[in-house]
Amino acid sequence: MALNDPFAIDITDMEFQYPDNPDVSFSHLNLKIKKGERFGLFGPNGAGKTTLMNLMTGLLQVDKGSITLLGYDMSKRNKTVNKLFGFVPQDFSFYHELSPAENLAFFGAWSGLNKQEICKRTDELLNILGLEDVRDKQVQKFSGGMKRRVNLAIGVIHKPKVLFLDEPTVGVDIQTRHAIINYLRALNDEGTTLIYTSHQLSEAEELCEQVAMIDDGKIITEGNIHTLLKEHQHESLEDLFINLTGKEYRN
Amino acid sequence: MFKLWATIKKDVKILLRDKVGISLMFVMPIILVIVVTSIQNSTFQLVNKNKLSILICNRDTGKSSAELIAALGKIGMFKVSQTPKNLSEKQINDAMHNNDAMLGIVIPGNFSAKVSAKSKNAAGKALTSFGLQGDTVKSKANDIDPLTLYYNPVLQESLQLSVKGALQSALQMIESRQTLRTLYYSINEKELPQQLENEMLNNKTVINEVPVSKDGLRRTPNATQHNVPAWTIFAMFFVIMSLGGSVVREKVSGSFIRLKTLPTNYMVGLLSKQITYMGVTMLQAFVIFSIGIWLFPFMNLPALNLPSDLTALVVTTLICGWCAVSYSICIGVFAETQEQANGFGAVSIVILAAVGGLMVPSFAMQGIFKTAANLSPMHWCLEAYYSLFLQGGKLKDVLSNLTLLVIITVVIQFVTYLGLRRKNLI
Repeated sequence: MALNDPFAIDITDMEFQYPDNPDVSFSHLNLKIKKGERFGLFGPNGAGKTTLMNLMTGLLQVDKGSITLLGYDMSKRNKTVNKLFGFVPQDFSFYHELSPAENLAFFGAWSGLNKQEICKRTDELLNILGLEDVRDKQVQKFSGGMKRRVNLAIGVIHKPKVLFLDEPTVGVDIQTRHAIINYLRALNDEGTTLIYTSHQLSEAEELCEQVAMIDDGKIITEGNIHTLLKEHQHESLEDLFINLTGKEYRN
Repeated sequence: MFKLWATIKKDVKILLRDKVGISLMFVMPIILVIVVTSIQNSTFQLVNKNKLSILICNRDTGKSSAELIAALGKIGMFKVSQTPKNLSEKQINDAMHNNDAMLGIVIPGNFSAKVSAKSKNAAGKALTSFGLQGDTVKSKANDIDPLTLYYNPVLQESLQLSVKGALQSALQMIESRQTLRTLYYSINEKELPQQLENEMLNNKTVINEVPVSKDGLRRTPNATQHNVPAWTIFAMFFVIMSLGGSVVREKVSGSFIRLKTLPTNYMVGLLSKQITYMGVTMLQAFVIFSIGIWLFPFMNLPALNLPSDLTALVVTTLICGWCAVSYSICIGVFAETQEQANGFGAVSIVILAAVGGLMVPSFAMQGIFKTAANLSPMHWCLEAYYSLFLQGGKLKDVLSNLTLLVIITVVIQFVTYLGLRRKNLI
């Protein structure tokens, strides 16, 4: 029933406020992300991108309204819905004392895979992401770019239908960024919906089809990148971003 | 089950790569148990086996002082040496330091004469009361000049009292012997035969010394039997240095956020940590007990005797370990940083150990500290171990302590659960 829903994410009239931080809040927010889209979520520092992502993944609970993921209500998150999405947080979310293979074995088990599936996916992912040579070395000795790839591999080990990526390429070199972007495109081609935040707007132009810009807890514009640029008469997403959010420093 | 197994494998691998944590959990308690047992064994032997060195400055030339010195030697508690008779107080003090003597006694110059006079007086009174003619010396009964006892201030008060008791006993013997001889001579006008004197004075009632234990075995408590269980408990609770930090690391690193988005309850993670670290506590107990059994004899320390009820020992160790692990996880959940977990964890364990009687026996505590000791989980662990190791207790004898441990462990686990809920971690 739920999987027939046309939307990967459907946010309806959502309200949220941190009890101890009234600066970040959402009021009557609506957003729909279709299945199979490559969706970019942008905004200045403190605009609420990470909070919105945490709400969409169920890490935070809405005060009012609803968020559904592939038709499942995220306020009643359970094992079924958790299997449907993957999350690649901005911070390195793995055990630095373990090797990539050991991390994938553990997170694969927690993602609901059996031993055979874990072995198969570990081989595939380490090969695709260029980590085969270091599969048994402790991650704490890796460079930032290699850690980003491990972070990504863990998020996709269970082949999620929706993948949330919070700044997946921050602090990596050009080669690693290209490798990650190419892999994400390939995933999307296989049907995975990508929901992505980044400060790299040129990268976003390269990867995303649909974007939403948020500021002060509100969506200030959303739609197809090319349509938005045409409507606002800008040549790049960066120009559009500056135009909509201003040039002031954000803290 | 596969998830739990995968999590245990993860926890074991992380633990094995934590060299500092392993050192703190194994090497430090092993060093502690060896050092403390060695030191306490020396003290134990000093009190129980080694003779106290005593210097005697005998300013008397008579028979009674010589007999007193011989009597002191026969008590078996003292190693007697004599100094020249003319030493001053300062010279006696110096001689005590130079000879490592804990005690010094000065026998006054008129000791034998005064003992003789006092015994004649007592014998005379006795003969008069028998209706016989007796000589009496016109002197007070208590006019023997006092002996002076010098002691090293490090000597424990209980030991000082023992020394005074032994000295009084020897003096009493000399005076009684002299009175008996005088009385005999006054009646028979000949010397008291040696055999009769020995029969009258030395035929003491024998005291049988029997250690009381629940299994009927006459096992003498020693430094090993006391220290090995105590420091094993300390080691178990010291897993907080690795486990508390591990929980905090997981919490503050991004891995916890990812875990929360996965289709597995974090309780699996906590269960895995409990199983892994309970394995560690069992291994700690095995290693420390093994050292007590096999290594200590090579170090001239008494070997550890395992309790007769091994099932009770395993159950007690498991429950003590469970309590220690639960406490560590609880601290890890509430601590914000690894420094907080390690700092508070270490200090709280040392305080609980001190209050619980691991460092100072709880029977030596007074008032509020004695009450506090009875409320310390470490004390319940220690009481259970002492019951098994020293009193030959069985499982039924430690059930009350184990029940208290299980109750406090369940309470700690509930507090941990509330902490996880409050911090939105589950």
